[in-house]
Amino acid sequence: MSEESLTGADLVIKCLIDQDVDVVFGYPGGAVLPIYDSLFKQNHLRHILVRHEQAAVHSAEGYARSTGKVGVVLVTSGPGATNAVTGLTDALMDSIPVVCLTGQVATHLIGNDAFQEADTTGITRPCTKHNYLVKNIADLPRILHEAFYVARSGRPGPVVVDLPKDILMAPGTYNATPKMQHKSYRPQMKGDLKKIEQAIDMIAKARRPIFYTGGGVINSGPKAAQLLAQFVKLTGFPITNTLMGLGAYPASDRQFLGMLGMHGTYEANMSMHASDLLINIGARFDDRVTGRLNAFSPDSKKIHVDIDASSINKNVHVDLGIVGDVAHVLEDMIKVWKARQVRVDQKHLKSWWGQIEEWRKRECLRYAGSDTIIKPQYALERLYALTKDRETIITTEVGQHQMWAAQFMKFEKPNRWLTSGGLGTMGYGLPAAIGAQIAHPDALVIDVAGEASILMNIQEMATACQYRLPVKVFILNNEYMGMVRQWQELLHGGRYSESYSAALPDFVKLADAFGGVGLRATKPSEVDDVIKEMIATPKAVIVDVCVDPKENCFPMIPSGAAHNEMLLGPGDVAKKPISDAGLALV
Amino acid sequence: MSEQKSERHTIAVLVDNEAGILARVTGLFSGRGYNIESLTVAEVDAKQALSRITVVTSGTPMVIEQIKAQMDRLVPVHKTSDLTVEGPHIERELALIKVQGTGEKRVESLRIADIFRAKVVDSTNTSFVFETTGSTAKINAFIKLMEPLGLADVCRTGVVAISRGPAGL
Repeated sequence: MSEESLTGADLVIKCLIDQDVDVVFGYPGGAVLPIYDSLFKQNHLRHILVRHEQAAVHSAEGYARSTGKVGVVLVTSGPGATNAVTGLTDALMDSIPVVCLTGQVATHLIGNDAFQEADTTGITRPCTKHNYLVKNIADLPRILHEAFYVARSGRPGPVVVDLPKDILMAPGTYNATPKMQHKSYRPQMKGDLKKIEQAIDMIAKARRPIFYTGGGVINSGPKAAQLLAQFVKLTGFPITNTLMGLGAYPASDRQFLGMLGMHGTYEANMSMHASDLLINIGARFDDRVTGRLNAFSPDSKKIHVDIDASSINKNVHVDLGIVGDVAHVLEDMIKVWKARQVRVDQKHLKSWWGQIEEWRKRECLRYAGSDTIIKPQYALERLYALTKDRETIITTEVGQHQMWAAQFMKFEKPNRWLTSGGLGTMGYGLPAAIGAQIAHPDALVIDVAGEASILMNIQEMATACQYRLPVKVFILNNEYMGMVRQWQELLHGGRYSESYSAALPDFVKLADAFGGVGLRATKPSEVDDVIKEMIATPKAVIVDVCVDPKENCFPMIPSGAAHNEMLLGPGDVAKKPISDAGLALV
Repeated sequence: MSEQKSERHTIAVLVDNEAGILARVTGLFSGRGYNIESLTVAEVDAKQALSRITVVTSGTPMVIEQIKAQMDRLVPVHKTSDLTVEGPHIERELALIKVQGTGEKRVESLRIADIFRAKVVDSTNTSFVFETTGSTAKINAFIKLMEPLGLADVCRTGVVAISRGPAGL
């Protein structure tokens, strides 16, 4: 590529290389042919050909979440762009940095209902952090670099750059640098020091404090997780993580109470409810976490640290909101804490821990084991036991299996747990696993799946096989859309409307058909062997674990209920009927 | 929260004058279920390509705080200012009002227009078009008085607003 004869498509490739992009997930089509031609002529960028554009975005998300880098997607106009919309919305909800390049019909055809034309910037406006339509070749390099800056800065998110075909073919010059920022967009990184001092005042006085931390810690980077651990240790306070935040604090530590929320642990939710100081770091008071809002942590003062000012006071009114990046704020908190030599009231903290230990003794994750039928919890316990000493990355689909995975797979470090939290996208796990495996070729990457979810993006087995990616799909096959079935049982009188997975494929043969390996376990005694064989197989594997079809996911805060109204097991269900108001909630 | 009273706020927003910016702002309002009572937009700085949006909205204090924070979060938004809370400010609207009629009603409409300092900007034997500026309340009052006199057509710009005193946005 000589400087003089660059086309728009060449400039796209040049910008990606300058942004240190090493892999692009994409699918070709008419409008992006010039980019694919430029891709063909270079050796710096690797292109991974997915089998559906939704999967391209999820793969880029898996890549981004497991590395902390921006994931890159390349799709064509019209259906290529509209297929990407679910992935973009997923990335927006979970704050994942993604740059998605979409082809577009030539500028003179825009608005003419041309072949494979869609109003991509219009369609993606509400499901991206920002988007661009490039109408002038002179703007192209700047916009591309700006797109990366916007995607990764502040609260990360997906950015779409819509590229008309004539722009891709036009001659242009490389008139921008990768260091370029947006002209005015500057997220606030440092927290207000006065407020941080105030936070330390509140923390020093607390008697029943709890840290409630989320995905913001992971998005802030590995240093944030280290600082969090340091601060939590300094205080001696209990800590709970959201679904998005798992891995930000080591799960094996005694101060960790497990996940909170709808399927969180009894001790985490009860502590939230009884707390007198809630220290929210990088979480957003999501409805899966709070339960009934007017009964949420009623007696606590609340501190909320978030890089996004709009997250503060959105769902829950807080006493002290600090806008800033988690790592920056934690660093200042620790500094102030040390400078003031704060001493926690050990007497009160001890009695608080005494109460928490009482809740812990309920062993809320206990389940009725079986010698004849595989309990899904048992399968995951064994999966965890046999993978925990390796470099393991877990992705999930969405449903019961996802919640069980969150409960039974323990994470010691960030960026090892990739799950669709905000949007709850079935079909997320396999492409996300592919993205993570591309970024970490030597890691053991496992998609914990359900038999219904996996069919939503099963075509990606072809991608895994084409690139010889040894991703593992661990299906907890209960022959039902399990979470739907569970809600129908609890809320709709056991009328299992359309939630049975009829006409399932033979997953062992299916794996084989794609060129992977299929394994199956039907008895508890087979589980360990199957997992060991799965790990030992250097290819894409589908494991069909035939589990108890009737098992429900507990503990559970029923919709419309409060943290202290959890259902701990099947025996609790009849005692605590779900309110009419709760029935209307998702 | 639900007991909080709904309040009317006037919010000024400085944005990059780029394609789709208005859709971005209005999409935010419709997508999140906020009200728009009026919205005006025009370029105010051609050199820096900046536009100013004035939006009049209503909601509980928590919703108003959210609206401001959500607007600030849009990448092309430079600054958002809630004029209602940030001290005294001036609000103006411009309206063009067409009145049809003859005889005494026609004369009466002209008399009232004079009281309101409305200008006649078009006239036929059977109609006037009045131009008037003022607060939303003043324009409402003028329109109400024109109703029995043959009010035929109303066109309003919506509120533009600016803070009093030397400080800019």
